[in-house]
Amino acid sequence: MKLTTLLASAAMVLGLAGGAIAQDKTKVGFVYVGPVGDGGWTYEHDQGRKAVEAEFGDQVETVFVENVAEGPDSERVMTQMALDGADLIFTTSFGYMDPTNNVAAKFPDVKFEHATGYKRLHSNVSTYSARFYEGRAIQGHIAGNMTESNIIGYIGSFPIPEVIRGINSAYIHAKKVNPDVEFKIIWVYTWFDPAKEADAAKTLIDQGADVVLQHTDSTAPQAAAQEAGGVVTFGQASDMGQYAPFPRVSSIIDDWAPYYIARTRAVMDGTWESKDTWDGIGAGMVGIGEISDAVPANVKEEALALKAALADGSYHAFTGPLNKQDGSPFLADGETADDGTLAGMNFYVEGIEGEIPQ
Amino acid sequence: MIRIEARPQPSAVMAYATPVLAVVLTMIFGGILFAVLGKDPLQAIATIFWEPIFGEFAFFYRPQLLIKGAPLVLIAIGLALGFRAGIWNIGAEGQYIAGAICGAGAGLAFFPTESVLIFPFMVLAGALGGWAWAMIPAVLKVKFGTNEILVSLMLVYVAEQLLASMSLGLLKNPEGFGFPGSRNLQQYPSAHNAEIISGTGMHWGVVAALIAVIFAYVLLTRHRLGFAIRVTGEAPRAAKFGGVNPGRLVLFCLGMSGLLAGLAGMFEVAGPSGQISIDFNVGYGFTAIIVAFLGRLNPLGIVAAGLLMALTYIGGDIAQSQLGLPAAAIQVFQGMLLFFLLALDVLTNYRVRFGAAEVL
Repeated sequence: MKLTTLLASAAMVLGLAGGAIAQDKTKVGFVYVGPVGDGGWTYEHDQGRKAVEAEFGDQVETVFVENVAEGPDSERVMTQMALDGADLIFTTSFGYMDPTNNVAAKFPDVKFEHATGYKRLHSNVSTYSARFYEGRAIQGHIAGNMTESNIIGYIGSFPIPEVIRGINSAYIHAKKVNPDVEFKIIWVYTWFDPAKEADAAKTLIDQGADVVLQHTDSTAPQAAAQEAGGVVTFGQASDMGQYAPFPRVSSIIDDWAPYYIARTRAVMDGTWESKDTWDGIGAGMVGIGEISDAVPANVKEEALALKAALADGSYHAFTGPLNKQDGSPFLADGETADDGTLAGMNFYVEGIEGEIPQ
Repeated sequence: MIRIEARPQPSAVMAYATPVLAVVLTMIFGGILFAVLGKDPLQAIATIFWEPIFGEFAFFYRPQLLIKGAPLVLIAIGLALGFRAGIWNIGAEGQYIAGAICGAGAGLAFFPTESVLIFPFMVLAGALGGWAWAMIPAVLKVKFGTNEILVSLMLVYVAEQLLASMSLGLLKNPEGFGFPGSRNLQQYPSAHNAEIISGTGMHWGVVAALIAVIFAYVLLTRHRLGFAIRVTGEAPRAAKFGGVNPGRLVLFCLGMSGLLAGLAGMFEVAGPSGQISIDFNVGYGFTAIIVAFLGRLNPLGIVAAGLLMALTYIGGDIAQSQLGLPAAAIQVFQGMLLFFLLALDVLTNYRVRFGAAEVL
């Protein structure tokens, strides 16, 4: 109990001291799983941090630590930020879930925001994530139209609900415009490994794929597609605009800035409270990168209409009738998937071949 | 022309002075690096080396040194036994993973039963798992003469795939909403490797590391087997004439280092880390190689080296957050340490000669 007591008293001292400091500066910490220069996941979170600085100027101080391993290292880094007087800490990887809650228990006055997780064990923990599957629907629509071989390659990172949801959403919308479409999926078991991603992209292209979708963060698949020629790709996590207008014809962009600014403001106002946020295109958390001229005008128009419908909520990316891969019913005609089902999605929809690895 | 030639009698003083010199040189050149990055070098080095031990929040960081250092020391001790005998286990990271999977699996198999027997059983399973993983390169080397460096290293990547498979399949938390990762052992009292005295960072892994240090010290200085290890490393032919069975020595050294790495993984997963997840391993098995050499393959030296490495990690993270130093600069800083150590080692054992070779 000694450490807890010590930490609690330290937190109290800081809380008191923080009260005095908070009048001029709010301190916001960010814990990153990768390097800020990864061009994808961590890069976009860091853009969000910079947006917070730009928005509030001298009223905030931001600190960050990059390349923080999940597990005890992340717990130490979070504790260190809290000890150093952070008022709000964003922890931006799924694996930080238990450490975030552990540290939050010791620092009740510090607010914690955990990305992509579901555990809010304390009243000072919030969770947030983005509905990337909405962006996948638009990708699927474009991909289904663009493919001539009718084979779409998909580089999967890990077979977790987040990724499976994306595959399903892309498949449903590709199939809608092109009933003959077939998905080939390669699991690379990494979020960021240019060599493995390039190998996967080449293998998919060798297997006849002329569209390659990726749920990994490097630009290596883009480069592989460019080298092969005639293969369509989409930017992931960030715009990857250096490969536009072809092979990259559009992209899904994680835009954390509006959320980070809103939550920082809530801490400043004293209106912050624990909640779960899952925002999509509508709230601006998921951005769709410019659809390039390589896409036929009518397809682009349809894609933008789909984007608008997803944004205003008039259309849901998972709308019935849909069956699961084994043929059992998933959604009845007109029915839409609820968030609980989506959050834990661990099955393919009907038509996708292959098994989800265990 | 520049040549290097072996010194007939390397300085004994230098052999012990090189780690200290390497640290000093790292501080100097690291300081220059930080200065080039526009940070105050003295402040940066003070943040890395001083802040965790004597700073305002030392009460938190000091126990963290033990938590971060214990797996490094535990693994490095095992590696040093092999390295002394010229047996190169580069795959401790894989054995660490295997130990963690077996240890966690052994505990989770009994969930939610509470019993005092579960934790000892997990320790046993973890040790066996690491040992078995190391026996693959050991047996292949003894039976078929394969290279243990390659086989043990390659098995790291196999172990990583196994880890991913376990996180997504067999050991996945059934109450985890389909997300990867096992149950958190911190929330399973019988399996939790908790701090023995709260607030000290002293968990069973730290105790095991200390026992391993004493065991290795006695083995190397007082035991016949330790003598065989040292002779094999220093004079393989003499060892053979002296009746040392090289095959048995390979099995012992690789098995022992695997066992200790497995234990480290098991204590980590049951304690500080808490769960089997896809990214459970963070490179302790590789960093321990640096620790083993930095500690001169000497058990007591390894303790000091393990704590020093732990310090640079903890201090490095503080420097990132407080001073805005990039993570890459910290990694370069750590890399310098090994670089200077190896460079000084070369200069201790060899001398550089300029000019043409003498005609005999």
